[in-house]
Amino acid sequence: MAVDQNLKIELGKQGIFVTTIEELYNWGRRSSVWPMNFGLACCAIEMIATTMARYDLARFGAEVFRPSPRQADLMIISGTVTKKMAPQVVRLYNQMPEPRYVIAMGACAISGGPFKQGYNVLKGIDRYIPVDVHIPGCPPRPEALLEAFITLQEKIDAQPLTGNDRPRFLDAEAQGEFPVPVPGEHDLEPPSNKGVWTVPVVIR
Amino acid sequence: MALSPYFSLAVLFVAALGFGLAPLGLAWLWARVYSPAKPNAVKNAIYECGMESKGDAWMQFRSAYYLYGIIFLIFDVEAVFLLPFAVAFTGLGAAACAAMLVFVLLLVEGLAWAWAKGVLTWQWKDRVQVSGVRD
Repeated sequence: MAVDQNLKIELGKQGIFVTTIEELYNWGRRSSVWPMNFGLACCAIEMIATTMARYDLARFGAEVFRPSPRQADLMIISGTVTKKMAPQVVRLYNQMPEPRYVIAMGACAISGGPFKQGYNVLKGIDRYIPVDVHIPGCPPRPEALLEAFITLQEKIDAQPLTGNDRPRFLDAEAQGEFPVPVPGEHDLEPPSNKGVWTVPVVIR
Repeated sequence: MALSPYFSLAVLFVAALGFGLAPLGLAWLWARVYSPAKPNAVKNAIYECGMESKGDAWMQFRSAYYLYGIIFLIFDVEAVFLLPFAVAFTGLGAAACAAMLVFVLLLVEGLAWAWAKGVLTWQWKDRVQVSGVRD
Protein backbone atom coordinates (compact mmCIF):
# COMPACT_ATOMS: atom_id res chain seq x y z
CA MET A 1 0.00 0.00 0.00
CA ALA A 2 1.38 3.34 -1.07
CA VAL A 3 -0.27 5.36 1.69
CA ASP A 4 0.48 4.72 5.35
CA GLN A 5 -2.66 3.55 7.15
CA ASN A 6 -2.23 5.93 10.11
CA LEU A 7 -1.56 8.88 7.81
CA LYS A 8 -4.70 7.99 5.89
CA ILE A 9 -6.82 8.02 9.06
CA GLU A 10 -5.22 11.31 10.13
CA LEU A 11 -5.96 12.87 6.72
CA GLY A 12 -9.50 11.48 6.84
CA LYS A 13 -10.10 13.35 10.12
CA GLN A 14 -9.11 16.55 8.31
CA GLY A 15 -11.57 15.81 5.49
CA ILE A 16 -9.02 14.57 2.94
CA PHE A 17 -9.60 11.09 1.55
CA VAL A 18 -6.71 9.24 -0.01
CA THR A 19 -7.04 5.97 -1.90
CA THR A 20 -5.38 3.86 -4.55
CA ILE A 21 -6.88 2.67 -7.83
CA GLU A 22 -6.63 -0.90 -6.59
CA GLU A 23 -8.57 -0.09 -3.43
CA LEU A 24 -11.21 1.87 -5.33
CA TYR A 25 -11.57 -0.88 -7.90
CA ASN A 26 -11.91 -3.64 -5.32
CA TRP A 27 -14.37 -1.54 -3.34
CA GLY A 28 -16.49 -1.17 -6.48
CA ARG A 29 -16.32 -4.86 -7.27
CA ARG A 30 -17.13 -6.13 -3.80
CA SER A 31 -20.02 -3.70 -3.42
CA SER A 32 -21.80 -4.82 -6.57
CA VAL A 33 -21.56 -8.58 -6.73
CA TRP A 34 -24.61 -9.74 -8.63
CA PRO A 35 -25.54 -13.36 -7.93
CA MET A 36 -27.11 -15.60 -10.52
CA ASN A 37 -30.78 -16.47 -10.11
CA PHE A 38 -30.11 -20.13 -9.77
CA GLY A 39 -31.15 -22.66 -7.12
CA LEU A 40 -30.59 -26.38 -7.13
CA ALA A 41 -32.30 -27.83 -4.05
CA CYS A 42 -33.49 -27.04 -0.52
CA CYS A 43 -30.52 -24.71 0.17
CA ALA A 44 -32.06 -22.42 -2.44
CA ILE A 45 -34.91 -21.74 0.01
CA GLU A 46 -32.37 -20.44 2.54
CA MET A 47 -30.74 -18.42 -0.25
CA ILE A 48 -34.12 -16.86 -1.08
CA ALA A 49 -34.67 -16.12 2.62
CA THR A 50 -31.28 -14.39 2.69
CA THR A 51 -32.34 -12.01 -0.06
CA MET A 52 -35.63 -11.12 1.62
CA ALA A 53 -36.31 -8.32 4.10
CA ARG A 54 -35.40 -10.20 7.30
CA TYR A 55 -31.79 -11.04 6.35
CA ASP A 56 -31.50 -8.52 3.52
CA LEU A 57 -28.55 -9.39 1.31
CA ALA A 58 -29.13 -5.99 -0.31
CA ARG A 59 -27.12 -4.44 2.55
CA PHE A 60 -24.02 -5.85 0.86
CA GLY A 61 -24.92 -4.77 -2.66
CA ALA A 62 -25.93 -8.22 -3.84
CA GLU A 63 -29.70 -7.98 -4.14
CA VAL A 64 -29.73 -7.97 -7.94
CA PHE A 65 -30.24 -11.64 -8.81
CA ARG A 66 -29.69 -11.92 -12.55
CA PRO A 67 -31.63 -14.45 -14.60
CA SER A 68 -28.83 -14.69 -17.17
CA PRO A 69 -25.25 -15.87 -16.61
CA ARG A 70 -24.07 -13.05 -18.89
CA GLN A 71 -24.95 -10.47 -16.24
CA ALA A 72 -23.99 -12.38 -13.11
CA ASP A 73 -20.78 -12.25 -11.05
CA LEU A 74 -21.52 -14.82 -8.37
CA MET A 75 -22.81 -18.36 -8.64
CA ILE A 76 -24.28 -19.72 -5.43
CA ILE A 77 -24.35 -23.51 -5.75
CA SER A 78 -27.32 -23.93 -3.45
CA GLY A 79 -27.99 -27.63 -3.14
CA THR A 80 -27.29 -31.11 -4.39
CA VAL A 81 -25.55 -31.25 -7.75
CA THR A 82 -26.59 -34.44 -9.50
CA LYS A 83 -24.43 -35.88 -12.24
CA LYS A 84 -27.18 -35.00 -14.67
CA MET A 85 -27.10 -31.36 -13.56
CA ALA A 86 -23.31 -30.93 -13.29
CA PRO A 87 -22.67 -30.30 -17.03
CA GLN A 88 -25.30 -27.55 -17.00
CA VAL A 89 -23.78 -25.94 -13.90
CA VAL A 90 -20.29 -25.97 -15.45
CA ARG A 91 -21.65 -24.61 -18.72
CA LEU A 92 -23.41 -21.76 -16.91
CA TYR A 93 -20.21 -21.02 -15.01
CA ASN A 94 -18.35 -20.84 -18.31
CA GLN A 95 -20.93 -18.41 -19.67
CA MET A 96 -20.50 -15.97 -16.81
CA PRO A 97 -18.20 -13.04 -17.57
CA GLU A 98 -14.99 -12.61 -15.57
CA PRO A 99 -14.49 -11.84 -12.73
CA ARG A 100 -16.74 -14.61 -11.44
CA TYR A 101 -17.03 -16.17 -8.02
CA VAL A 102 -18.56 -19.34 -6.65
CA ILE A 103 -20.01 -20.02 -3.22
CA ALA A 104 -20.62 -23.72 -2.56
CA MET A 105 -23.58 -23.62 -0.18
CA GLY A 106 -24.33 -26.56 2.05
CA ALA A 107 -23.03 -30.07 2.59
CA CYS A 108 -24.26 -31.33 -0.81
CA ALA A 109 -22.49 -28.68 -2.87
CA ILE A 110 -19.29 -29.24 -0.91
CA SER A 111 -19.14 -33.02 -0.88
CA GLY A 112 -22.43 -34.63 -1.84
CA GLY A 113 -23.60 -34.36 1.76
CA PRO A 114 -26.15 -36.91 2.94
CA PHE A 115 -26.47 -38.16 -0.64
CA LYS A 116 -22.74 -38.77 -1.07
CA GLN A 117 -23.24 -42.54 -1.44
CA GLY A 118 -25.81 -42.03 -4.18
CA TYR A 119 -24.80 -43.22 -7.63
CA ASN A 120 -26.15 -40.08 -9.25
CA VAL A 121 -24.77 -37.39 -6.95
CA LEU A 122 -21.65 -35.36 -7.69
CA LYS A 123 -19.34 -35.44 -4.68
CA GLY A 124 -18.71 -31.71 -4.58
CA ILE A 125 -18.91 -29.09 -7.31
CA ASP A 126 -15.24 -28.15 -6.69
CA ARG A 127 -14.38 -31.17 -8.85
CA TYR A 128 -15.16 -29.06 -11.90
CA ILE A 129 -15.12 -25.36 -11.05
CA PRO A 130 -12.99 -23.33 -8.63
CA VAL A 131 -14.97 -22.56 -5.47
CA ASP A 132 -14.16 -19.37 -3.55
CA VAL A 133 -16.10 -20.00 -0.35
CA HIS A 134 -17.49 -23.25 1.07
CA ILE A 135 -20.26 -23.09 3.68
CA PRO A 136 -21.09 -26.23 5.66
CA GLY A 137 -24.60 -26.88 6.92
CA CYS A 138 -27.67 -28.83 5.90
CA PRO A 139 -28.98 -26.36 4.96
CA PRO A 140 -26.82 -23.44 6.16
CA ARG A 141 -28.76 -20.69 7.93
CA PRO A 142 -29.11 -17.37 6.08
CA GLU A 143 -26.57 -15.95 8.55
CA ALA A 144 -24.08 -18.54 7.27
CA LEU A 145 -24.65 -17.41 3.69
CA LEU A 146 -24.18 -13.79 4.77
CA GLU A 147 -20.93 -14.84 6.49
CA ALA A 148 -19.83 -16.55 3.28
CA PHE A 149 -20.68 -13.45 1.31
CA ILE A 150 -18.69 -11.23 3.68
CA THR A 151 -15.79 -13.69 3.40
CA LEU A 152 -15.99 -13.40 -0.38
CA GLN A 153 -16.00 -9.61 -0.10
CA GLU A 154 -12.87 -9.77 2.05
CA LYS A 155 -11.28 -12.02 -0.53
CA ILE A 156 -12.12 -9.57 -3.33
CA ASP A 157 -10.75 -6.71 -1.24
CA ALA A 158 -7.38 -8.44 -0.91
CA GLN A 159 -6.93 -9.14 -4.63
CA PRO A 160 -3.99 -7.24 -6.19
CA LEU A 161 -4.31 -5.62 -9.62
CA THR A 162 -0.81 -6.43 -10.74
CA GLY A 163 1.92 -8.91 -9.87
CA ASN A 164 2.16 -12.66 -10.07
CA ASP A 165 -0.60 -13.40 -7.57
CA ARG A 166 -3.20 -11.29 -9.37
CA PRO A 167 -6.53 -13.05 -9.90
CA ARG A 168 -7.30 -15.16 -12.96
CA PHE A 169 -9.40 -12.60 -14.80
CA LEU A 170 -6.52 -10.09 -14.93
CA ASP A 171 -4.08 -12.66 -16.27
CA ALA A 172 -4.13 -13.09 -20.04
CA GLU A 173 -2.43 -16.49 -19.79
CA ALA A 174 -4.68 -17.97 -17.10
CA GLN A 175 -7.28 -20.56 -17.98
CA GLY A 176 -10.64 -19.08 -18.91
CA GLU A 177 -12.56 -22.15 -19.98
CA PHE A 178 -13.45 -25.01 -17.70
CA PRO A 179 -14.21 -28.23 -19.59
CA VAL A 180 -17.86 -29.24 -19.48
CA PRO A 181 -18.17 -32.91 -18.42
CA VAL A 182 -20.26 -35.27 -20.50
CA PRO A 183 -22.22 -38.29 -19.20
CA GLY A 184 -20.15 -41.44 -19.74
CA GLU A 185 -21.00 -45.08 -19.29
CA HIS A 186 -20.57 -45.17 -15.49
CA ASP A 187 -19.67 -41.63 -14.46
CA LEU A 188 -19.18 -38.18 -15.86
CA GLU A 189 -16.29 -37.92 -18.30
CA PRO A 190 -13.86 -36.71 -17.03
CA PRO A 191 -14.75 -37.57 -13.38
CA SER A 192 -12.99 -34.37 -12.24
CA ASN A 193 -11.07 -31.41 -13.64
CA LYS A 194 -7.43 -32.08 -12.71
CA GLY A 195 -6.55 -28.40 -13.01
CA VAL A 196 -9.08 -27.43 -10.37
CA TRP A 197 -9.22 -30.40 -8.03
CA THR A 198 -6.64 -33.00 -7.04
CA VAL A 199 -7.85 -36.54 -6.68
CA PRO A 200 -7.26 -37.60 -3.07
CA VAL A 201 -5.10 -40.65 -2.54
CA VAL A 202 -6.79 -43.30 -0.41
CA ILE A 203 -4.37 -44.75 2.14
CA ARG A 204 -5.50 -48.06 3.67
CA MET B 1 -19.01 41.05 -27.68
CA ALA B 2 -22.03 40.18 -25.58
CA LEU B 3 -22.46 36.53 -24.65
CA SER B 4 -25.51 34.78 -25.97
CA PRO B 5 -28.11 34.18 -23.22
CA TYR B 6 -28.02 30.50 -24.20
CA PHE B 7 -24.26 30.24 -23.53
CA SER B 8 -24.75 28.86 -20.00
CA LEU B 9 -27.15 26.24 -21.39
CA ALA B 10 -24.50 25.15 -23.89
CA VAL B 11 -21.95 24.80 -21.08
CA LEU B 12 -24.42 22.74 -19.03
CA PHE B 13 -25.16 20.58 -22.06
CA VAL B 14 -21.50 19.80 -22.62
CA ALA B 15 -21.05 19.09 -18.91
CA ALA B 16 -24.07 16.73 -18.91
CA LEU B 17 -22.75 14.95 -21.98
CA GLY B 18 -19.36 14.54 -20.35
CA PHE B 19 -20.97 13.28 -17.14
CA GLY B 20 -22.70 10.54 -19.11
CA LEU B 21 -19.91 9.63 -21.50
CA ALA B 22 -16.88 9.82 -19.20
CA PRO B 23 -17.79 6.70 -17.13
CA LEU B 24 -18.40 4.75 -20.35
CA GLY B 25 -15.06 5.87 -21.74
CA LEU B 26 -13.26 5.08 -18.50
CA ALA B 27 -14.88 1.63 -18.35
CA TRP B 28 -13.80 0.97 -21.94
CA LEU B 29 -10.26 2.13 -21.15
CA TRP B 30 -10.16 -0.02 -18.02
CA ALA B 31 -11.23 -3.07 -19.98
CA ARG B 32 -8.57 -2.37 -22.62
CA VAL B 33 -5.78 -1.99 -20.10
CA TYR B 34 -6.59 -4.54 -17.42
CA SER B 35 -9.02 -7.29 -18.37
CA PRO B 36 -7.95 -9.60 -21.18
CA ALA B 37 -10.81 -11.02 -23.24
CA LYS B 38 -10.91 -14.81 -23.18
CA PRO B 39 -13.76 -15.90 -25.42
CA ASN B 40 -14.46 -19.57 -26.10
CA ALA B 41 -17.13 -21.65 -27.77
CA VAL B 42 -19.07 -22.43 -24.57
CA LYS B 43 -19.02 -18.80 -23.46
CA ASN B 44 -20.17 -17.52 -26.83
CA ALA B 45 -23.00 -20.04 -27.13
CA ILE B 46 -26.31 -18.41 -28.01
CA TYR B 47 -28.53 -20.21 -25.54
CA GLU B 48 -27.88 -19.29 -21.91
CA CYS B 49 -29.90 -21.73 -19.82
CA GLY B 50 -27.14 -24.29 -19.30
CA MET B 51 -28.50 -26.55 -22.03
CA GLU B 52 -26.95 -26.93 -25.44
CA SER B 53 -29.13 -25.68 -28.25
CA LYS B 54 -29.96 -28.22 -30.93
CA GLY B 55 -31.74 -28.10 -34.24
CA ASP B 56 -32.48 -25.09 -36.35
CA ALA B 57 -34.25 -21.95 -35.18
CA TRP B 58 -35.76 -21.53 -38.64
CA MET B 59 -38.40 -24.22 -38.32
CA GLN B 60 -41.73 -23.91 -40.06
CA PHE B 61 -45.06 -23.62 -38.31
CA ARG B 62 -48.28 -24.63 -39.99
CA SER B 63 -50.37 -21.64 -41.01
CA ALA B 64 -53.59 -23.19 -39.61
CA TYR B 65 -53.10 -21.57 -36.27
CA TYR B 66 -52.68 -18.20 -37.93
CA LEU B 67 -56.08 -18.56 -39.62
CA TYR B 68 -57.67 -19.63 -36.33
CA GLY B 69 -56.11 -16.64 -34.66
CA ILE B 70 -57.25 -14.13 -37.21
CA ILE B 71 -60.84 -15.46 -37.24
CA PHE B 72 -60.91 -15.30 -33.45
CA LEU B 73 -59.62 -11.74 -33.57
CA ILE B 74 -62.30 -10.65 -36.03
CA PHE B 75 -65.12 -12.06 -33.90
CA ASP B 76 -63.54 -10.68 -30.77
CA VAL B 77 -63.61 -7.18 -32.27
CA GLU B 78 -67.14 -7.80 -33.49
CA ALA B 79 -68.23 -8.48 -29.91
CA VAL B 80 -66.80 -5.10 -28.90
CA PHE B 81 -69.05 -3.42 -31.47
CA LEU B 82 -72.05 -5.61 -30.67
CA LEU B 83 -72.10 -4.77 -26.99
CA PRO B 84 -72.81 -1.00 -27.33
CA PHE B 85 -75.24 -1.87 -30.11
CA ALA B 86 -77.16 -4.20 -27.78
CA VAL B 87 -77.12 -1.64 -24.94
CA ALA B 88 -78.49 1.15 -27.15
CA PHE B 89 -80.79 -1.17 -29.11
CA THR B 90 -84.16 0.25 -27.93
CA GLY B 91 -83.17 3.80 -28.85
CA LEU B 92 -81.88 3.00 -32.35
CA GLY B 93 -83.56 3.75 -35.63
CA ALA B 94 -84.15 1.37 -38.54
CA ALA B 95 -81.14 2.70 -40.47
CA ALA B 96 -78.76 1.95 -37.57
CA CYS B 97 -80.18 -1.56 -37.22
CA ALA B 98 -79.76 -2.17 -40.95
CA ALA B 99 -76.12 -0.94 -40.81
CA MET B 100 -75.41 -3.26 -37.92
CA LEU B 101 -77.09 -6.16 -39.74
CA VAL B 102 -74.87 -5.57 -42.79
CA PHE B 103 -71.82 -5.53 -40.53
CA VAL B 104 -72.78 -8.84 -38.90
CA LEU B 105 -73.72 -10.41 -42.26
CA LEU B 106 -70.33 -9.46 -43.71
CA LEU B 107 -68.61 -11.28 -40.87
CA VAL B 108 -70.94 -14.28 -41.13
CA GLU B 109 -70.10 -14.43 -44.82
CA GLY B 110 -66.40 -14.52 -43.92
CA LEU B 111 -67.04 -17.30 -41.43
CA ALA B 112 -69.01 -19.29 -44.01
CA TRP B 113 -66.14 -18.85 -46.46
CA ALA B 114 -63.59 -20.04 -43.92
CA TRP B 115 -65.82 -23.00 -43.03
CA ALA B 116 -66.21 -23.96 -46.71
CA LYS B 117 -62.42 -23.74 -47.14
CA GLY B 118 -62.01 -26.24 -44.32
CA VAL B 119 -60.05 -23.86 -42.09
CA LEU B 120 -62.11 -24.81 -39.05
CA THR B 121 -61.11 -28.47 -39.31
CA TRP B 122 -57.86 -28.97 -37.46
CA GLN B 123 -55.66 -31.39 -39.40
CA TRP B 124 -53.18 -32.72 -36.91
CA LYS B 125 -51.32 -34.97 -39.31
CA ASP B 126 -50.19 -32.09 -41.56
CA ARG B 127 -48.25 -30.53 -38.73
CA VAL B 128 -45.71 -33.33 -38.62
CA GLN B 129 -45.21 -33.29 -42.38
CA VAL B 130 -44.82 -29.56 -42.71
CA SER B 131 -42.71 -28.71 -39.69
CA GLY B 132 -40.78 -31.94 -39.39
CA VAL B 133 -40.96 -31.71 -35.60
CA ARG B 134 -41.14 -35.47 -35.10
CA ASP B 135 -37.82 -36.74 -36.35
